[in-house]
Amino acid sequence: MRGLLKKYPLSDILFALISFSASFIVLSLIIATALVLYDESALAIHRFGILNFIFSAEWDPVREVFGAASSLYGTLVTTVLSLLFAIPVSIGIAIFLTEISPHILKTPIGIAVEMLAAIPSIIYGMWGLFTLAPIMANYIEPFLQKTVGKIPIIGLLFQGTPQGIDLFTASVILSIMITPFITSITRDALNLTPDIMKESAYALGATKWEVVKDVMIPYAKLGIYGGVVLALGRALGETMAVAFVLGNNHQIPISLFEAAATITVTLANEFTEADSDIYLSSLFYLALILFTLSFVVLAIAKFFLLKAERGYSR
Amino acid sequence: MTEQEKIRVEHLYFWYAKSKEPALKDINISIYEKRVTALIGPSGCGKTTLLRCFNRMHDLYPENRYEGKILLDGENILDKDYDLIKLRTKVGMVFQKPTPFPMSIFDNVAYGLKLRGITNKEELQRRVEKALRQAALWEEVKDRLNQPATGLSGGQQQRLVIARALAVEPEVLLFDEPTSALDPISTAKIEELVVQLKESVTILIVTHNMQQAARVSDYTAFMYMGELIEFDKTDIIFTSPKKKLTEDYITGKFG
Repeated sequence: MRGLLKKYPLSDILFALISFSASFIVLSLIIATALVLYDESALAIHRFGILNFIFSAEWDPVREVFGAASSLYGTLVTTVLSLLFAIPVSIGIAIFLTEISPHILKTPIGIAVEMLAAIPSIIYGMWGLFTLAPIMANYIEPFLQKTVGKIPIIGLLFQGTPQGIDLFTASVILSIMITPFITSITRDALNLTPDIMKESAYALGATKWEVVKDVMIPYAKLGIYGGVVLALGRALGETMAVAFVLGNNHQIPISLFEAAATITVTLANEFTEADSDIYLSSLFYLALILFTLSFVVLAIAKFFLLKAERGYSR
Repeated sequence: MTEQEKIRVEHLYFWYAKSKEPALKDINISIYEKRVTALIGPSGCGKTTLLRCFNRMHDLYPENRYEGKILLDGENILDKDYDLIKLRTKVGMVFQKPTPFPMSIFDNVAYGLKLRGITNKEELQRRVEKALRQAALWEEVKDRLNQPATGLSGGQQQRLVIARALAVEPEVLLFDEPTSALDPISTAKIEELVVQLKESVTILIVTHNMQQAARVSDYTAFMYMGELIEFDKTDIIFTSPKKKLTEDYITGKFG
């Protein structure tokens, strides 16, 4: 210690200590969260096992039998659907912003997209419940039933009485929420395409669309994957917006026009009602599953984005 | 040797966006068919700017402005109505750094052909092979046409890019310092290629390397501060230039 003090001024040592402990806190918080989740769910893990819990669709607080399948199903369906809706739109916006938009439009549209990300999710939820759900129930869902609903097998996804409070509406809301993420990361990735590559394609007589399709998108591929996976993580964890329009119903419906539940919605709705230890523990178990899922998804996203960065710096 | 004029530049001025000072001032020059014309001069003299006028690369960036005429086979390519895609089919370009697209070797060379709607497999194969042979790359890549082009060495990539430009059978090829990123052996191969290619195409080459200009070109244009100072047969420029400035540059007094 004395040696250190001789070598460096006291302020430097203090600064190093403070920044070290700050970063240490982050790490310990993550580990602590995981530990607490595990500890609290130990009872449920012990009672229901792992695969049994994940694949059991039963969620019956009265009989105290719990399974994650219905919540997991809702989470996966809304996430996948919202990505399906958001990816083409986001990539479209990103292409417009990087290559097509006249200069004066770039900034306002860019800011508008980023503003979408800044809207609190509870506002999306309210808007979804009061504005979007009736529109879905009265116009969009009946229309889908009359068109794609008539196709055999696929039609099964569009059965039932449209009420607007269902998997479909929740996915639409989610897709609006994740669009800014995919858009801004895709835009940044497209912007990293070296000018000389674009010019080479233009010099061969390629049109704008051909340059985007054949040069820029292949170049930005890894970055786009990263953005999509980040958005996926966001969609997995989103609670408020979904809670308003999903109906919290523990079932695995075939039709997208049925109420369902996601992990997040179940947690938000049921913690206050959890009156027995095993009920509470099962909720923590759900949280642990979500934590693990998000962790894995984020790791994958980081992997792609890092690989993309390295690719460009070469 | 009778010289046929392929391109004539008349009173060409060029301004980059938001710049009051023209980057090119009153350029007048004739580019002869199936000859190599080198553009030389110190950095910032406008040689690359001039080269990029011939396929209107400057149009990719808003508010760049031309004035004057560039006549290609008698037609003014600076005309607002001139079809840029047609222009870039006639006038190909090779850049400072190799720019293989993120696709296979074959697809890279076939790219320009596919853009023009050629889908017939046999024709594609025939023309890709022909272009690769012209670019002296066929023997090296014929067994791995389906591998990604990024796996080739820098010199091979640059010859691939030349093959890609040749595949659409351009009449003019623009080279923008094509060897600046290459080692001496690859450079020698590219130079050899340039000399061979003038049998079929008209070539313009920008180079900062005066020996290169002397080795490959038939005509040389010396530029300085956006102006064309002197244009003549290469041996005259390098042995008995008429202007003092040209002499100072080629003897290495500045640059």
